[in-house]
Amino acid sequence: MTAAHLLQVAAGGLLMGLVYALVAAGLSLIFGLMDVVNFAHGELMMLAMYAVFAIWAINGTDPLLLLPIVAVLLFGIGIAIYHGLIARALSVQFNRGMVQIFVTFGLAIFIRGACQFVWGGDFKSITGHWLAGRTIELGGVFLPLPQMAASAICLAAFAGLLAIGRTEFGRALEATREDRDAVALIGIDRNRIFALGWGLGAGAVGVAGVMLAGFYYVGPNVGASFAVIAYVTVALGGFGSMLGALVAGILIGEVEAFTAAFWEPSLKQVGVFAVYLAVLMLRPRGLFGRL
Amino acid sequence: MANAIVKRRRQELVVGGVVLAGLALLPVPIKDVYTQNLIIITVLFAGLAQAWNILGGYCGQISLGHALYFGIGSYVSTLLYLKLGIPPTLGLFAAGIVAGAAALLIGWPCFRLSGHYYAIATVVVGEIGYLLFLNWDFVGGATGVFIPFKGESWAELQFKTAKLPYHFVVLAFAAATWLAAFWLEGSRWGFAWRAVKDDVVAARSLGVNIFASKMAAAALSGGFTGMGGALYAQYVGYIDPDSVLAGHFSILIALPAVLGGVGTLWGPLIGAAVLIPASELSRSYLGGSGRGVDLMLYGGLIVLVALARPQGLVSLFNWRRKSDVPAA
Repeated sequence: MTAAHLLQVAAGGLLMGLVYALVAAGLSLIFGLMDVVNFAHGELMMLAMYAVFAIWAINGTDPLLLLPIVAVLLFGIGIAIYHGLIARALSVQFNRGMVQIFVTFGLAIFIRGACQFVWGGDFKSITGHWLAGRTIELGGVFLPLPQMAASAICLAAFAGLLAIGRTEFGRALEATREDRDAVALIGIDRNRIFALGWGLGAGAVGVAGVMLAGFYYVGPNVGASFAVIAYVTVALGGFGSMLGALVAGILIGEVEAFTAAFWEPSLKQVGVFAVYLAVLMLRPRGLFGRL
Repeated sequence: MANAIVKRRRQELVVGGVVLAGLALLPVPIKDVYTQNLIIITVLFAGLAQAWNILGGYCGQISLGHALYFGIGSYVSTLLYLKLGIPPTLGLFAAGIVAGAAALLIGWPCFRLSGHYYAIATVVVGEIGYLLFLNWDFVGGATGVFIPFKGESWAELQFKTAKLPYHFVVLAFAAATWLAAFWLEGSRWGFAWRAVKDDVVAARSLGVNIFASKMAAAALSGGFTGMGGALYAQYVGYIDPDSVLAGHFSILIALPAVLGGVGTLWGPLIGAAVLIPASELSRSYLGGSGRGVDLMLYGGLIVLVALARPQGLVSLFNWRRKSDVPAA
């Protein structure tokens, strides 16, 4: 066991962890804003991956160039989901918590079916793009460029989300989060804020999906596997906390990488889940969650 | 007032008896094996959803990890049968006890959490169970366990081709869960659970032990789910982590109760009667091509019912009782 090997494992964990963090950030944003856990979050990421795959398959456009287009597309899908389903789910008088869970869950199954309908059930991968197969070496540590680009973009998107929090819109978002009824009195359209929140959440996970498509397979179940990690990340970081999502995402990436390297690759998620449960026992609201 | 409740409960019991008799007589007109199989699966899920309902409906703790108890139950009875020769009629109860104990063991740390934190913790615990079984060679790992056919036997719940005996086995299971829910509804526990669900602080101020209430609900709910798992394993004759422990199975167990009506006696049965045939039929007619149309219909149905009937399908039947309810 050399220092270089340890660094290699740590670097791999960090690169993946930043992607997890961005996936979780979208989920956390929506939850923090309106107390809704989006169980279709992984499927939104999958939609972004399929969108990249579809355009690439037609004319070979590099996934990196598609980033803005797909992010805007997912932004629109998020807004459409809010107006079509979530606004209705929020207005039910009875059993609101369960209705929200199962509406987004039903949506997840629907999206999975729709993707299978259009692209079939087999795994696709995007090959031969600009970054594919390239690595750079830094002090004996090999860093694959697609993962490097993904984590860099995810970090940038994260910074973008935090920057939005400082704008007028961000303050309206925060105000709506604090008291969704009082904001109407000062002229904030709650419905519009919620819709934009969904747009941003979906757009964030869309960015993660695009970058992931550069080095990860695309298939009808890819969303589900990332979604579980995303829930764990959000709960570990604390629901609604952006900083929490970032710290928890990196932590989970590292735990996963070290479990896979030193214990058993097929049990890497067990290591992640064990850490999550241990932290929650000590701190039920997550690392940075507010009560 | 108390009289009205006693009268209503007596009515429920009569309706329950009539429904049970009706279900028991279903095989008289229905001889077709495919339909019989569909009914067996539906009734089994009605029982499983009722088991989930004890914790998720009455006590309000939304568990999205019940596949773990189902899987534990199916593995316990199957392994007892294959490795020690204990007949599944006994193994069934061992399955219930082990799954109930597992629910207590998991509830002990997880009930510190509430709301979404609890729901997500149950997802995670379920995933851990799935991954551990997948990598555990003693229980067959990813290849699973095949239950060989050793001859017709009620004690071992093995019937060569006939579906009929299983119809009565799962019906007894579903009836047992229904009766348990019926009895619990009127018991001290049932009142404590509903208090915990509605308002934890108020319940505590009335002297309800929150933690003990949740644990009792979890043990019963997990135990019944484990028994359902044992029956399922013996019915299909083959189990592997993907078929009994996978995460989506937890949702399949919870869905009939949620769409039928959580915290109601009839919700799980009504939900199962709508959902299971809808998913099985769409899968067999549309899913064969592997093109996902069945998933789209199924997902769409879940969204529609949840939005259109948030109080559950059972509310469709409530018109006749409106006159009994004094204006609030």
